[in-house]
Amino acid sequence: MYQYTRFENRNNIFQKVGNLDYVLLTCLLILGFISLATMYSTDGGEILFHTRSHFIKFIVFFSMMIVISFINIKFWFSLGYFSYAIILGMLVWTVNFGITASGSKRWIDLYFLNLQPSELMKIFIILCLAKYFHRMKTQYVNSFYAICFSLIIIFVPMSLVIIQPDLGTSLLIAISGIVVLWFAGLNHKYFFYSCLLSIISLPIIISFLKPYQKLRVLTFLNPDRDPLGAGYQIIQSKIAVGSGGITGKGFLKGTQSYLEFLPEKHTDFIFTLYSEEFGFIGSVLLLLIYAIIIYRVIRIGALSRSYFAKLFCYSFGTSIFIYIVINMSMVLGLLPIVGSPLPIMSYGGSSMLATMIGFGIVMSAKTHSQQSIA
Amino acid sequence: MINISDSATKLNSLNRRMFILATAKIIILGGIVSRLFFLQVKENKKYLTLSDKNRIREWKLPPIRGEFKDYFGNTIAGNFEAYQLHIIPEEVEDFRYVIYRVKELLQLSEKQFKKILKKKNEIKPWETLIVADNLNWEKFSKINNHLYDLNGVKPVISISRDYPYKENFTHVLGYVSQANENDILTNENIKEKFVPGLKVGKTGLERSFEKRLIGSNSVERYEVNAYGRRISQLAFQKGNQGETIKLTIDTKIQELTNELLKEKAGSICVMDIYTGSIIAMHSAPSFDPNSFVFGISQDEWQLIRNNPMKPLVNKSLSGNYSPGSTIKPIVALSALENEIISPDFTVQCKGHKNPLELYGQTYHCWKKEGHGFVNLREAMKQSCDTYFYEVARRLGVDRLSVTAKKFGLGKKVFKNIFDNEKNGLIPNTEWKKNALGRNWVLGETIITGIGQGFIQTTPIQLCLMTAQIANGGYKIYPKIVANDENQYEDKFKPLYKKARNIKIVQDAMFSSTNEVRGTSYRSRLEDPKYQFAGKTGTSQVKKITERDRELDLKTFQIPYEERDHALYVAFGPYKNPRYALSIIIEHGGSGGTIAAPLAKELFKLIVDRHEIRKNYDNKKYLDI
Repeated sequence: MYQYTRFENRNNIFQKVGNLDYVLLTCLLILGFISLATMYSTDGGEILFHTRSHFIKFIVFFSMMIVISFINIKFWFSLGYFSYAIILGMLVWTVNFGITASGSKRWIDLYFLNLQPSELMKIFIILCLAKYFHRMKTQYVNSFYAICFSLIIIFVPMSLVIIQPDLGTSLLIAISGIVVLWFAGLNHKYFFYSCLLSIISLPIIISFLKPYQKLRVLTFLNPDRDPLGAGYQIIQSKIAVGSGGITGKGFLKGTQSYLEFLPEKHTDFIFTLYSEEFGFIGSVLLLLIYAIIIYRVIRIGALSRSYFAKLFCYSFGTSIFIYIVINMSMVLGLLPIVGSPLPIMSYGGSSMLATMIGFGIVMSAKTHSQQSIA
Repeated sequence: MINISDSATKLNSLNRRMFILATAKIIILGGIVSRLFFLQVKENKKYLTLSDKNRIREWKLPPIRGEFKDYFGNTIAGNFEAYQLHIIPEEVEDFRYVIYRVKELLQLSEKQFKKILKKKNEIKPWETLIVADNLNWEKFSKINNHLYDLNGVKPVISISRDYPYKENFTHVLGYVSQANENDILTNENIKEKFVPGLKVGKTGLERSFEKRLIGSNSVERYEVNAYGRRISQLAFQKGNQGETIKLTIDTKIQELTNELLKEKAGSICVMDIYTGSIIAMHSAPSFDPNSFVFGISQDEWQLIRNNPMKPLVNKSLSGNYSPGSTIKPIVALSALENEIISPDFTVQCKGHKNPLELYGQTYHCWKKEGHGFVNLREAMKQSCDTYFYEVARRLGVDRLSVTAKKFGLGKKVFKNIFDNEKNGLIPNTEWKKNALGRNWVLGETIITGIGQGFIQTTPIQLCLMTAQIANGGYKIYPKIVANDENQYEDKFKPLYKKARNIKIVQDAMFSSTNEVRGTSYRSRLEDPKYQFAGKTGTSQVKKITERDRELDLKTFQIPYEERDHALYVAFGPYKNPRYALSIIIEHGGSGGTIAAPLAKELFKLIVDRHEIRKNYDNKKYLDI
C-alpha cells in the first residue's frame, strides 16, 4: 500500500492540471464575477475602495486556491492538528491584543492586513476533526472519550470567539464541528437528545444573552416592534428583496441600497442588494451556482479514495451550504440577525481566505483523489 | 483485514449520512427559493410600495394666498415678491467667511446675527437657512453684485403678503403672520397645508376667510436617501392661488375715514341703507399690518400694545359704548309705535334749577337753562333730555328694548365673519333679574331713554339702526363681501307698524341737522344733493356729580379718561337717502362739536362717490 502511494506521488504537474475540477473552478469564477459586480453596485456604480479591495482579494486568494490544489492532500492531513493549534493561538492572541472595532475584538493586526482568525477556524476545525476521526475505528467513534475530546476541540475555539464577542461566527464554528461529528458516524440519538436539550434550555440561554442579542431575537419575532431601531435592518432588507420582483430593478438601480436604506450592504446583506437588482430570477440563478459548487465539492468527496478527504469534502460542502442558508434566511427574515457572511459574495478578506483555503483543499483532494492516507 | 472491513463500514456510514443530508439540503434550498418567491413575486407589490415610500418624499411649498379687492377692484391686500437670502450650509465651503461677509453687506446687528447663527445650529446642514426674509432692492442688488464672493448664498424671490394701504384696512382685514401651534391645532385647513414659514390670518377677514384665501400647496416630489437628503426631483405639482375676495368697501372713503380719525380714538362706519353694503369701516388708531408679516419687533409690539388709545381693538365691532342721545330716534319711534305719545306730545324742560325728580333722584337735561315747552320734533332737534326722560318713563324699558332689538341693537351685526364682534347690550327687566339678580328700577328706565346706564351698543349697530330708519324702516343685512350669496327670508321686512312713524323720526333727525338750534346745525350741508340728517350723542363715561355741574368744565380741562364720548349717526342725502353712517370719537367731548363735523366731510365724498359706484355697477365706468 505504501508502494502505491509512492507511485501516485510521482504524478506530474500536467496530470494534476488535467485533474482539476473545471466545473467547480468555473462556478467559482462566475461567483467571483457576480460578487465583484455586486460590490461595484454597493459602491454606487464606481470603482471605489470596496470593489478594488474585493477584486484584489479574490484574485490573490483564487490563485492561492490553485496553488493549494497542487499540494498533496497528505500534506493537509499532516497539518490538521498543527494548523488548528496555530489558529487557536491566534484566537488567544485576539482576545488579548486584538483590534477593537464596533464593540468587539475580532481582528489581529498582521501589519499588511487585518486577519480575523475566527473565520479561519471555521475551516480548520473541519480539518482537525477530519484528521481526528480519520484513524478512528468505528466502534470508538461513539466512545465517551472520543465524544469528549471532539467536543473539547469544538468548545475551546467557540468560547474564545464568543468572548470577542461574536455569537454568529462562534455558532458557525460549532456547526462546522458538529457537521464533522455527524459524518464521522456519531450516534443519531446524541444529536436528537442535544437538540431536545437545547430546545428545553432555550429560555435559560436567552436569559444569558447580551441585551442586544435578546433584542435581535425579539426583533426577529416581530420586526415591527421598533421599525427605526432594532427592526430596521430586517424590515429594510425585506423591502429591498421584495421590491426586486421577478426581474429585479436592474443593475445599479437598487434604490434601497443606492439611497442607503440598506445596512451592512457590503457584508452580511450583500445578497439583499443582489436580489433587489436582479430579482427572483437572479437570486435563483445565484442559488443554482452555489448548489452546483456544493454538488461538485461533495462529488469530489465521493470520488476520493481516502476517508479523510471524503470527510473533509462532505463537511466543508455541508458547512458552506449552512453558511449560505443562514445568511439568506437572515436577510429574508427567516432567522434572527446573526453576523454571518455569504461565502465569496460578502466583502471580507478573512472569510474569503478561509473559503478559498477550503476550496483549495477540496481541489487538492480532487487532484490527488487516488491518494490514500494511512 | 479487520482494518479494511472497518474502513468499509466507516465509508458506508459516511455515504449514508451524506445521502440523508443531501436530501435535507434540497428541501432547505427549496424552502429558500419559496421564501424568495413569496417575497419577490407574491408580495412584490407591497414591498415595491414600501420601497417607494422609503425613497420618495414630498415637500409642500407655501400656497399663494388669495387677494382682497375693494369694490372697484383695487388690491387692498395682495402679494408681493419679497427678496430673500437663503443659504444651504452644506453647500458652503467656508460658512464662517460667507456669513461674516453677508453680515457686513447687509449691516446686520449683533442681535440679528446671533439669531441667524442659532437658527443654523438648529437645522440640518442640507436644509435651507433663511438669512434675510425681506430685503429691500438696494441690499438685494448689493448681494447680487457680490455673489462671486458668496459661494452657496442664494438670492430668492418669494411671495409674501402686502397691504398697500397700510393702516387703512387693518381692522377690517386683520393681518397675516407666521402660523403658530395654536393656529395649526384649531384650524384643519392650516393643519393640512402647513409648511414652515406659512403665514396665516390672525385677525379680521384674513382670519375668517382663511379657508378660501389659503390656496393649495405646490408639491415637489423628490427622491431622498436614508438620511432624508434630496437626491433628485421627480415631479412638481403646481398648487392654486387662494380665492380673491372682493369687498364692498370704497377705498377712497375708507382713506377719508382714516384721515378724519387721525390722532383720535374712535370709529366710523358707512353703510348702504338698501343693500347693507359696508362702504367704509374704520377704527382708530390703527397700525401698519405689514409690520406683522415678517414678525414684529418686540419694541414695536410693545408700543402698539401699550398705547392707551388701544390700536389693537377694532372699535367699530368690539367697542361697547353707551349710545347717548343717538338712541333717541329709537326711543321716539318706540313710543310712537306703541302709541304712548303723539308727535304733539309736549313736555316742559325747566333747566338745572328745576330738574325732574323721582324717588329722591334728580335727572338733569344737558342744557342748563332748559328748553321750555318742547314737542317731539323740537326735543329731537335740540336733544332735550327731560322730554325723553318723560317718554321713557311712560314707555317702559321692555317696550323700548323690543324696538331697539328689532332695529339691530344688542346683537351681532355680522354673523360670524368677525370673531371679535361684540353683542352690545339692550337691557330689559328680565335681563336685569337674570343677570344681576335684582329688580329693575324706574330710574334706570329714565336714563336708558337718553342712552345711558346699562345700554351698550357698538358703532356698527348704531350705523345699522340709522340705516334701517333711513330706508323707511326695512330690515337689511349688512355685508362686507361684495358677492355675498347669503339669502335672508326676512330681508326688507318692515320693522314698523305705521310707516308714518318712521317719517316723523326721519323728519326730526333732519331738523336736528338742518334747522336753527339743531344740535348739529353747524355741520349741515345746504346743497340738497349732499344734505343729510343726523342725531348727535354725547355719552358720559362717568356720572356727573353736582360739583361737576357747578364747575361746568370745558372738555380739554377734564382728564382724557373722563371725557365724554362724542357720537353722531346720520343718513343722506335727505331727499333720496342712500347711505347711513355712525361716528364715535372716544373721549372726544360733545357729539355736536366733535363728531358731527366729520359727517359733513364724509357726505361730500360719499355722495360724489355714489355716482362712480353706480356707473361701475353698470360697467360704464372707465378710469382715465
